[in-house]
Amino acid sequence: MKVLTLNFLTCAVKACKSSPASHPLHPKDAELVQDELEVNPDMIVNVLPRLDWTALRTTSSELGFPPLPDQPPTAEELEADDKKLKDLHHLLLETSISEGKLVCGNCGHEYAVKEGIANFLLPSHLV
Amino acid sequence: MEFIIKFAQTHETFRVAEIESLAVVEKLDLKIIEYDADSPVCVVQLPSVEDAKRLIKRSILAQSIHELWGQGLTLDELHESVKKNTPHLWPQYKMACFKFDMDAYRGAHTSKGRLAIINTFSYLPFEGPISLSKPNEVFTVFEQWKHNSVPLGIEFPDKIWMGRFLANSARDLVLKYDLKKRDYISTTSMDSELALITANISLAAPGKMFYDPFAGTGSFPIACAHFGAMTWGSDIDGRSMRGDGAKKSLYGNFEQYGLRAGFGDVFTSDMTNSPMRRVPMWDGIVADPPYGVREGLRVLGLKDPEKTPWLIEAGIKKGKDPDYVPPKKPYSFLAMLDDILVFASETLVENGRVSFWMPTANDEDQEIPMPTHPCLETVSVCVQAFYKWSRRLITYRRIPNREVSQAALEAYAARQKVVNTGTSADDLNPFRNGYFKGFKTDE
Repeated sequence: MKVLTLNFLTCAVKACKSSPASHPLHPKDAELVQDELEVNPDMIVNVLPRLDWTALRTTSSELGFPPLPDQPPTAEELEADDKKLKDLHHLLLETSISEGKLVCGNCGHEYAVKEGIANFLLPSHLV
Repeated sequence: MEFIIKFAQTHETFRVAEIESLAVVEKLDLKIIEYDADSPVCVVQLPSVEDAKRLIKRSILAQSIHELWGQGLTLDELHESVKKNTPHLWPQYKMACFKFDMDAYRGAHTSKGRLAIINTFSYLPFEGPISLSKPNEVFTVFEQWKHNSVPLGIEFPDKIWMGRFLANSARDLVLKYDLKKRDYISTTSMDSELALITANISLAAPGKMFYDPFAGTGSFPIACAHFGAMTWGSDIDGRSMRGDGAKKSLYGNFEQYGLRAGFGDVFTSDMTNSPMRRVPMWDGIVADPPYGVREGLRVLGLKDPEKTPWLIEAGIKKGKDPDYVPPKKPYSFLAMLDDILVFASETLVENGRVSFWMPTANDEDQEIPMPTHPCLETVSVCVQAFYKWSRRLITYRRIPNREVSQAALEAYAARQKVVNTGTSADDLNPFRNGYFKGFKTDE
């Protein structure tokens, strides 16, 4: 599961949706893989305003990446600075969790990630 | 300028929806001048030749586009129209290497007859060499005949057009993505032609993000990725996406077609208990929800919690076990459609589109009504008809919030929710019920 995807997801339990603690999910015992992909500047610029930057900063530090700036870069900054674009591309799209768990900060439920595919199905008492 | 679009004579109700969507993708000012579901020839207006080529390059249902030189109900009328409209173009092609071609829909000519018609254009001052194999310019005479014209002995076509060939469409993609040549498919994989058309109608394009909540083996994500979108998918059945791993998996299909860069992610989840944040993030949502005939429609939960308390216990005790399989229950198809629209209204960006397939009986009394949502405006309804039922590809546009009617939103919030009336698959799903009864009306 890519870091970008993690930014779009929260706990599947309905009661957790309204709690700020449920986002982002926290990686636990995560094995990371790097997959080289061609940089797609249009895609990065398009996705920028849809990101929860605060959550991305949390995820990035939890995965051991150097700290991200407080504020997201602007589209112009990314277009002007190739390194910034590549770093963000690397974090969002080239880095993924292949094995491990994702933990909700609100209810503590753990979602397993196997072979890069996370499982968000819930037992019946949580539906 | 006017152009002839030559369509494939198939999936007729999808053709205009596709071409109009492509005009939106390419930001072209398209006007349809003449269209008939019964004819493969469509006349459109566009600002330039370059625009015409751009419009057609992704189309699955068009075959080619031509600069319109003339039209008429008879050959004489056609010549009159060519002589009136195109003399200013003639000098450009004076020395060009060219050929003439005939395309008679539902009609036939002997090769002598074809040659005779082509020779009636001898007034065009073309002095360049004629090449049948490698011409630089191709002029095509399109004819439209009445149905059954040959056995009925009809002598003349109903209408004739002439145009200069500009560009071919992307119709050959249908073969490239043919399911027979795909490494990993299942019984419900969408055929490549309809998947590619769905991607076109939902405006998949480079830089955009697409999501398929019923991904299965990935037919839609692959089609959207082909057109440059980055695609995400989920399915309640993780096995359908994993397959046997490597080549025989959803991701394996992306690799087969060299579309790795268009693969976002897949994860296992249930539409009614989705982990997705409810913020605008998707440019497009495409879906072929299970309607309970070939594939059961199930969501998380217990069918009868009171009778099976041990299943709840097991969930509490073993819920965290990696091999635990949560129980699922049958769900109403109409409630699912409603859920999809609510989800789309919450997660589509402004003007983003949601396209999904839904089946219905052809019999009017048993027809399943189209779901609606105040934040979503219907863009197109395309129908693929079978004998007693048909499936429709319905596409909506997310209206910007400032344009959404507040009164309609309030009325929607207060509406009677689609409730699960019953617990068995038949009770929950009128289409499934009708399907297995052969859509017979009750005596």
